[in-house]
Amino acid sequence: MILDSKIPAGPLAEKWTNHKFSSKLVNPANKRKYDVIVVGTGLAGASAAASLAELGYIVKAFCFQDSPRRAHSIAAQGGINAAKNYQNDGDSIYRLFYDTIKGGDYRAREANVYRLAEVSVKIIDQCVAQGVPFAREYGGLLANRSFGGAQVSRTFYARGQTGQQLLLGAYSALSRQVANGKVKLYPRTEMMDLVVIDGHAKGIVTRNLITGAVETHAAHAVLLCTGGYGNVFFLSTNAMGSNVTAAWRAHKRGAFFANPCFTQIHPTCIPVSGDHQSKLTLMSESLRNDGRVWVPASQEIAEKLRKGQIKANDIKEEDRDYFLERNYPSFGNLVPRDVASRNAKYVCDQGLGVNETGEAVFLDFRYAITRDTREIIEQKYGNLFEMYKQITGEDPYEMPMMIYPAVHYTMGGLWVDYNLMTTVPGLYALGEANFSEHGANRLGASALMQGLADGYFVVPYTVGDYLAQLAPKQVDETHPEFARIKEEVQNRINMLLQINGTKPVDYFHRRLGKIMWNECGMARTIKGLKGAKAEIQALKKEFWSNVKVMATNEELNQSLEKANRVADFLELGELMVDDALHRNESCGGHFREEYQTPDGEALRDDENFAYVAAWKYLGEGQEEELVKEELVFENVKLTQRSYK
Amino acid sequence: MSWVTKTLNSTLGRKLIMALTGLFLILFLSGHVSGNLLLFKGDGGQAFNMYAKFMTTNPAVKLLSYLTYISVLGHILYSILLAQHNKSARPVPYSTSKGSTNSAWSSRNMGVLGTIILIFLVVHLQGFWAKMHWGEVPMVTYAGEEYKDLYLIVNEAFKQVWLVALYVISMVFLGFHLSHGFASAFQTLGLNHNKYSPAIKMVGTLYCILVPSLFAAMPLYIHFSSY
Amino acid sequence: MKLTLKIWRQKNSTDKGGFVTYVADHVSKDMSFLEMLDVLNDQLTERGVDPVHFDHDCREGICGMCSLYINGKPHGPLQTTTCQLHMRSFSDGETITIEPWRAKAFPVVKDLVVNRSAFDRIIQAGGYVSVNTGGAPDANEIPIPKNVADLAMDAAQCIGCGACVAACKNASAMLFTSAKISQLALLPQGQVERKTRAEKMVAQMDAEGFGACTNTGACEAECPKGISITNIARMNREYFSAVVSSDTM
Repeated sequence: MILDSKIPAGPLAEKWTNHKFSSKLVNPANKRKYDVIVVGTGLAGASAAASLAELGYIVKAFCFQDSPRRAHSIAAQGGINAAKNYQNDGDSIYRLFYDTIKGGDYRAREANVYRLAEVSVKIIDQCVAQGVPFAREYGGLLANRSFGGAQVSRTFYARGQTGQQLLLGAYSALSRQVANGKVKLYPRTEMMDLVVIDGHAKGIVTRNLITGAVETHAAHAVLLCTGGYGNVFFLSTNAMGSNVTAAWRAHKRGAFFANPCFTQIHPTCIPVSGDHQSKLTLMSESLRNDGRVWVPASQEIAEKLRKGQIKANDIKEEDRDYFLERNYPSFGNLVPRDVASRNAKYVCDQGLGVNETGEAVFLDFRYAITRDTREIIEQKYGNLFEMYKQITGEDPYEMPMMIYPAVHYTMGGLWVDYNLMTTVPGLYALGEANFSEHGANRLGASALMQGLADGYFVVPYTVGDYLAQLAPKQVDETHPEFARIKEEVQNRINMLLQINGTKPVDYFHRRLGKIMWNECGMARTIKGLKGAKAEIQALKKEFWSNVKVMATNEELNQSLEKANRVADFLELGELMVDDALHRNESCGGHFREEYQTPDGEALRDDENFAYVAAWKYLGEGQEEELVKEELVFENVKLTQRSYK
Repeated sequence: MSWVTKTLNSTLGRKLIMALTGLFLILFLSGHVSGNLLLFKGDGGQAFNMYAKFMTTNPAVKLLSYLTYISVLGHILYSILLAQHNKSARPVPYSTSKGSTNSAWSSRNMGVLGTIILIFLVVHLQGFWAKMHWGEVPMVTYAGEEYKDLYLIVNEAFKQVWLVALYVISMVFLGFHLSHGFASAFQTLGLNHNKYSPAIKMVGTLYCILVPSLFAAMPLYIHFSSY
Repeated sequence: MKLTLKIWRQKNSTDKGGFVTYVADHVSKDMSFLEMLDVLNDQLTERGVDPVHFDHDCREGICGMCSLYINGKPHGPLQTTTCQLHMRSFSDGETITIEPWRAKAFPVVKDLVVNRSAFDRIIQAGGYVSVNTGGAPDANEIPIPKNVADLAMDAAQCIGCGACVAACKNASAMLFTSAKISQLALLPQGQVERKTRAEKMVAQMDAEGFGACTNTGACEAECPKGISITNIARMNREYFSAVVSSDTM
């Protein structure tokens, strides 16, 4: 099978313009005859639903939260990139494109990334027009900052709550269409399966989370905007409800899953405090601008620290190892996310970790406070320090912060072509749910950009192109396929309820998370991965025989919701391991210990692995089939990243 | 429904009425207290009685007095409407609620305070206002003109300890009512500004202490000077 | 720590509901409040009892999904969201009373879960700028004074959790409604629909059955994002000036 990415011909900078022109249009009077289902109401989902409704399509929008405004896009802190070049510092669409391709370690499609950079400028215009209160200069123009080590200041932000403000902007646009009657909202409704008829996506099966009712919804196109799958690790910076179910069920109905092993680990998170831990909290990356990362130079000192016999401030200067500054003299504490994370893990594996669990390093501000005064540090990071103190009970002005990497973003996702259509015609994937723009590693402030680019500016064109090829007649919801899949969903729910084992759902989820974190996390080995695969298979078996799900389907049942999601994570986990096993190279968020340079850096293999690994589901209990989409680089030269 | 009734029936419209009538009553209280200061004059009540006559006969004052009646009635009526509405907005109460940690006691008990003030008002009006208007009041003559000797009635009334006590205690409640009501009325009218609000709050605090204290001082002064 | 938990249990919206007392043992001070409930729920599940249902999602204080009226205060003793509340704020042996938000407009769905869709409908009534995708002018075309943008951002920080309604003795939603009206009234982009927005959002707020504001300031004191009641004053101004000057009857 050959994957057709449908990249338009022509020069890079003209592809999107040409493609828009050659796309077919739906007659304005006919648009109301087409129904579109949008699953998920984060940046991608809300923006897509609103934009499609504005065009005249009839949209149904689904989210499992109680309101579309709660989607996890809301938690993004840092900002959104756009090649506006308002700062006159040499930014351009091409530079944003180049940075993104390079940052992604050359595992993304050139054409998609270029389009992303191209529409980025319009996103900012759109958001400002909606009333998003971006930070401004005294002259009234928009402020920018440099983010994540970028050489130009192209990041727009709204304090530390950029994701919130952008989401509320998209949510307001969505709300307007709800008021206009163009969008029907289905909050507290979870997509359980995809209905494919004659090879085309024609609807979904959902569960009403309050009544338990399993329902079918028909449409001419289905858009999955359901976010990433970081919660496969149990502990991540994702929201508790973030899950892979919609994407995974679509995968099992024919949508290929691409690069599942590409996960991003964020270096500055608050460490795990105990077995009760339910999620991890991200601290903005900007902290590394002024904080110095260190661990004790010897295991004995670290041991004393862990036992509480000494405090961080008791450790003498010569007994401290500033390992990032030591290993990377030119970038120091500002090395990219993956490098910083891996180094932290490495020193902790050496027995140098600084908290009770041995999985934390210090991020110390006392040098910055001495240099700049406490006031200045407070101005820059006051809210973050406050948040840290609230969670840990320790004052970072007095004691160094403790940080540890945590799963933050998943670059992998459903495979999509240039039109964001999956391998199932009529089924689209947007935002973090697809795999497309970030390659093997995502740059800071690019997730928001991608979600909104897909929803506001890409999909309204590409869905139209698809719909224009369908007859404007209603999708037949009485087709037996709807009833068949609905029954499958009900059976699966009944199965979960009938197991009546002894362990709650979280017990399995935590164990899966441990396996994934240890063997398919920051550093992976062939041995570890093989072991993990067997462990996951055993865990999955145990889950289906010993999970305990309380109560019934016909009510709000949070343990049933979780069980449904964890069942899918168990299957996805195995595929991630397969993907990590097959990719015999290190790139971006995927670090295979067997493939590193003599000084411990990721060793890419462009000759053999410059492709997208798309996985095709072949059936229960069968190994998935690998289908490759070769990546062609016509505009950028592949180079090795170096931060020495 | 016209836009006027629609507005006045909205929660904001009802609040507006509470604020406007409240502010008018605050104005009334200012006038009332300044006029009644004549009780302290020590002239045997001449100035006070002349003032009382002026207040009951002058047409402009009459107009103002009608406005005051309307304000009192409006303030009461709308407070009842709002209280009912607010009660229905939370049909199931909390089992535990620590309002004291997030708001002032007076602000949470305006209804109770207002009811006490209303009871006081009935006693007060019956004792003086009704007597002045329709009751038997002895007459005095100043410079050949006849006046109702309200001063005498006031003096007689405040010889009773219980009445003095009622007045003083009621003024404490009035003080609390005003301590929230004054600034609150401005907030409802939308007059909240970082330059002026502190001043409004300060005037409100002064007002809620000064005016009830002056009112309370009157029965006390009369009571104790009668010995 | 060992704690006694008095938790509101209610099977569904029609059930009468009541308090059930549980004992939580071996509670660590580092746990968040919700993690403490997670542990309780795992224990309940193992004992065959339906776990306590409560809303939560991001657990980093921004999605606004978590609620809980803890010991007489929304989101508990600190001015933060429940997910950011940690057990070190409680002492060993303490009895903790946990109730759902109480308001006619927020009916209980189950246990501690309430339906806050009234907030969505208030936004749908006019909490937006009517611009279609694609037609926006350049973002820097209209300069906005920094202090105005900052004020708008102060109001825009609302997470829609409903603590204001829960804290208010009148179950009023004015802080929530006014935050959105303020944000858009302050920004030049919001001017075109300024009047109709204020009128429609207030009308919807009333239609949902929220109470009226009596300016106690409890909402501001409990708001995890510190939204100021100056926004309510601004909403009042917006509304009154809109009703007298707009051409809607």
